[in-house]
Amino acid sequence: MKLPRWSTLIVIVLLLAFPMVVPSDYYRHIFIIALMWVVIGSAWNLLAGYTGQVSFGHAIFFGSGAYTAGLCASKLGISAWWGMLLGGPVALLVGLVIGWICFRLRGPYFALATIAIGEIFRLVATDWRSLTEGMEGILIIQTFRSKIPYYYLALFLAGASVYAIHRIMQSKWGYYFVAIREDQDAAEAMGISAFRYKSLSLMVSSFFTGLAGTLYMNYMAFIDPHVVFSLHDVSIMAILVAIIGGVGTLWGPPAGAFIMVLLQETFRSAFFGLFPPWVSESHVLVFGLLVIFVIRYMANGIVGDWPKIQRLWTRKNPMLPANDGN
Amino acid sequence: MDVLIQTLVSGILIGGIYALIGLGMTLIMGVMKIINLAHGQLMMVAMYITYMLYEYLHLDPYFSLLIAMPVLFALGALIQKYLLNPLLKVDSILPENQVLMTVGLAMVLTEIIRFIFHSDYRSVKTVYSNATLYISGISFNVPMIVAFGIAVLLSAVLFFFLLKTDLGKSVRATAQNKDAAILMGINAEWITILTYGLGSALVAAAGTLLLPIFYLFPDIGGPFTLKAFVITMLGGMGSTVGAIVGGVVLGIAESLGATYISMALKDAVAMVIFLLVLIFLPGGLKTLTKI
Repeated sequence: MKLPRWSTLIVIVLLLAFPMVVPSDYYRHIFIIALMWVVIGSAWNLLAGYTGQVSFGHAIFFGSGAYTAGLCASKLGISAWWGMLLGGPVALLVGLVIGWICFRLRGPYFALATIAIGEIFRLVATDWRSLTEGMEGILIIQTFRSKIPYYYLALFLAGASVYAIHRIMQSKWGYYFVAIREDQDAAEAMGISAFRYKSLSLMVSSFFTGLAGTLYMNYMAFIDPHVVFSLHDVSIMAILVAIIGGVGTLWGPPAGAFIMVLLQETFRSAFFGLFPPWVSESHVLVFGLLVIFVIRYMANGIVGDWPKIQRLWTRKNPMLPANDGN
Repeated sequence: MDVLIQTLVSGILIGGIYALIGLGMTLIMGVMKIINLAHGQLMMVAMYITYMLYEYLHLDPYFSLLIAMPVLFALGALIQKYLLNPLLKVDSILPENQVLMTVGLAMVLTEIIRFIFHSDYRSVKTVYSNATLYISGISFNVPMIVAFGIAVLLSAVLFFFLLKTDLGKSVRATAQNKDAAILMGINAEWITILTYGLGSALVAAAGTLLLPIFYLFPDIGGPFTLKAFVITMLGGMGSTVGAIVGGVVLGIAESLGATYISMALKDAVAMVIFLLVLIFLPGGLKTLTKI
């Protein structure tokens, strides 16, 4: 889907103005979380959607970033904001090592290996009490009482990650990534080192996911291994965000992040108190049903299959190519 | 020495149940070439069915095998027919769409069960739940022995089915080469439905056998899904003998890890073994032999 330039501009202006216009801390909080998922979803999408390496282990990088910031505060006694400098590079190094181990595996095997490493990270972080405090977690004091600084930081990170991925996908790297996704053997036959470019994709992806983790530590001020290394709440959520929005499209993960977070909050608050409380237990169920529905009927996500959705009510141009995403 | 033998014995006994879980997974993987990330969740559903039968009709869990297995067979077949097979016709960017569909399924199954039964821990306390045999100082938990026996029996039936019957041969043919099987007049779509049903029924048996030993809660599925693919990779994808060996090896490794390393890192042991196998022996144990 090719968005006209002005619509991107409007989105940016609206997001910049949002915390000034909406005085509620609750909505600011939801938007901060959504923007954080924009970063993670876009990062996952770079590796999986564009390079074809489906990872079930992005919690590794998220947790590495979060724990880098947390350990700066709890062990080194410096501000957790140093994590903003260190978290990304640490996650990137972790990604480099994991890529070195896992990129000899392909397709579903790669996915399985990332689940396994993710679980190892979670279990070790839980058990290694002298370093991570185990399940007691790490608690810091928030720097700002207002949500506005965190909002603009999250917005900056989201913008930077989307823009960086946009630029990467327009460069030579981007074409190499897609070539590897489409046919790794053919790409290698053309002289593209699949291992090198898959590693580069993973490094960029883990860097941004690590930064999101650092933001989470600084903003939420509390982490424990089951929150940041969670298979369901981080790794699979990252996948859902990208799938719902549209795998392999630039605007898919940002759209997916907002849809998912808003949906989660709507259900968690039982439609803002309009519905009986038992509705609030159903948000994961709704996610599951949404995933099944999207995969079954819109394999390329809401953004990827947007022309298909539009045709539902305009019923014009039935011969429009169904897949012109990206 | 006694501790070691005790550890090995309980490892082998739990390994029998793991083998059943692995057999279901390896069938599905072999025929469809996908990872079924809803495997443990299907087991969890079967456990709740058995639990309900026990709680309301006072049926013995072992008798419930006869009910839970057909029900899960039907559930699995419906999932394959209406949710997984249609995806083959859809053109999408990621070939892993079927795997991602099973993730969605896993979430839905867990949440529906949580909706009905809430997150409470439940258990089935039968008269034999804590029965134990002692043979020269080594304790044998009776439900574990029964479970092991039934697991061996079911595996034998499965082997007979796969090796001796026409339908079983069609399943193996589809696993080996789907296109060739279709050319030989095998209805591959029907075979995939049958396979997913069979895999679900096997894991249902494993769940029912575990119920007298384990606590039951909606999130129990996830860890068992992980175990299922560890077993399958350990044994070699699509290898039935491999799944049994893999199940027993995982059982032993876990109980050794729990005894000698730490209870908390027991699951990490399984994951480390899994990674090592993926990296150094990607075909699994079946590549070491010629079965």
